[in-house]
Amino acid sequence: MRKKFDEQLDDLSQEMIYMGNLIEQAIENAVDALIHKNVEKAENIINSDDKIDNQERKIESLCLHLLLQQQPVAKDLRLISSTLKMITDMERIGDHATDIAELTIEMANQPYIKKLEHIEQMAKEIILMLINCLKAYVTRDVLTAENVIKHDDKVDKLFYMVKKDLIQMIHENYDYGEQASDLLLIAKYFERIGDHTTNIAEWIIFSVTGKHEKIKDF
Amino acid sequence: MDKIKIKNLNLYYGTFQALKNINLDIPDRKITAFIGPSGCGKSTLLKSLNRMNDFVDNCKITGSITLNDKSIYDINANILRKRVGMVFQKPNPFPMSIYDNIAYGSRTHGVVSKSKLDEIVEKSLRAAAIWDELKDRLKKNALGLSGGQQQRLCIARALAVQPEVILMDEPTSALDPISTQKIEELIQELKQEYTILIVTHNMQQAVRISEKTVFFLNGEIIESGDTEQIFSFPKDKRTEDYITGRFG
Repeated sequence: MRKKFDEQLDDLSQEMIYMGNLIEQAIENAVDALIHKNVEKAENIINSDDKIDNQERKIESLCLHLLLQQQPVAKDLRLISSTLKMITDMERIGDHATDIAELTIEMANQPYIKKLEHIEQMAKEIILMLINCLKAYVTRDVLTAENVIKHDDKVDKLFYMVKKDLIQMIHENYDYGEQASDLLLIAKYFERIGDHTTNIAEWIIFSVTGKHEKIKDF
Repeated sequence: MDKIKIKNLNLYYGTFQALKNINLDIPDRKITAFIGPSGCGKSTLLKSLNRMNDFVDNCKITGSITLNDKSIYDINANILRKRVGMVFQKPNPFPMSIYDNIAYGSRTHGVVSKSKLDEIVEKSLRAAAIWDELKDRLKKNALGLSGGQQQRLCIARALAVQPEVILMDEPTSALDPISTQKIEELIQELKQEYTILIVTHNMQQAVRISEKTVFFLNGEIIESGDTEQIFSFPKDKRTEDYITGRFG
């Protein structure tokens, strides 16, 4: 009955998966470049951010086209309007990966003042959240999206561990101050990526149920 | 307050049951939209409200319909149709002057005074937002008007006998977008004084103008509620499937 519209919604889904893969890759590369002081990789992340921005524009224009052409209602309207909100969070994740890459380049010629295992763990948790978000988006699975939101607590806990460690290090040696503040910023960027991923999961739930999860205060 | 109350209504055309156990309250001075695929019973219900189905052979109705809590079968059919006016899909002006079209109903109800009729014609055409366009050509034949003007003339004609309820059966389906917009704006103005029921196949029109929406399928009411709720979060999957174009 509505073959064309369903095909268009499938296309939208494919474009969202592609954008999701781009940001997932950006986070993976950002943490890898940070751990291994890989300046070339960090520069690639910065240069690739345009791809994410362009993909946001592409999805945005697809959504506007569908609103205009199909005049959607009910769950179709919720899906398209939620997608418009989600891509803003996805684009911000891309920006934060770039922010991390820029700090990585700044710190590349100095030894790290501490092991980065907690930051690395934050990135791993976030990537898992993102993968599950994409899965929830494609399968319209509320439970998976809810678990993504709960999972963010792990990222927050890791952030506070990193913060506590760095404050302790600054107390012990003021010379650590500059790098400690850079590492704290990096941890904060990862923590924000977790928040944006949580927002995406909340929009997925809204698109399926029509109800908003309680929006967290950041 | 509910203007019309429909209880346990069943309607049969011969052996075919066109309406099945309809229970519905129509709020006063609000716009209620009837939606559903062709043949689902929405026009049949509309026509039952001013007993136009009385003209159909083999039509049998059980259950009750009240207007201001009085059974419509206890009201003289001509009086009922004066109180519950109707506007059809295709504009159907009488082949006479614009003036006589509007005055026709009042004349049949005994109004003969020229000044009174003048007043009714002007007031009705103003209420239908077409006075400024037609005031200098009242003696011209109504069939010479555009489709959109003819439909507003028909609305003016319905208003001339001072109804309480106006039934509209796809009133804009034969009109261009500008005429449609004018009629929609007019309908929204009219709800301040009249109870309006509109059958429409245009989902966006139902969203734009109605406060309450009723979804029909196979002679039954599947879901009714606030228009925003129906089009945002329909409770029944069949409603969702219809409004999103998955069937119908």
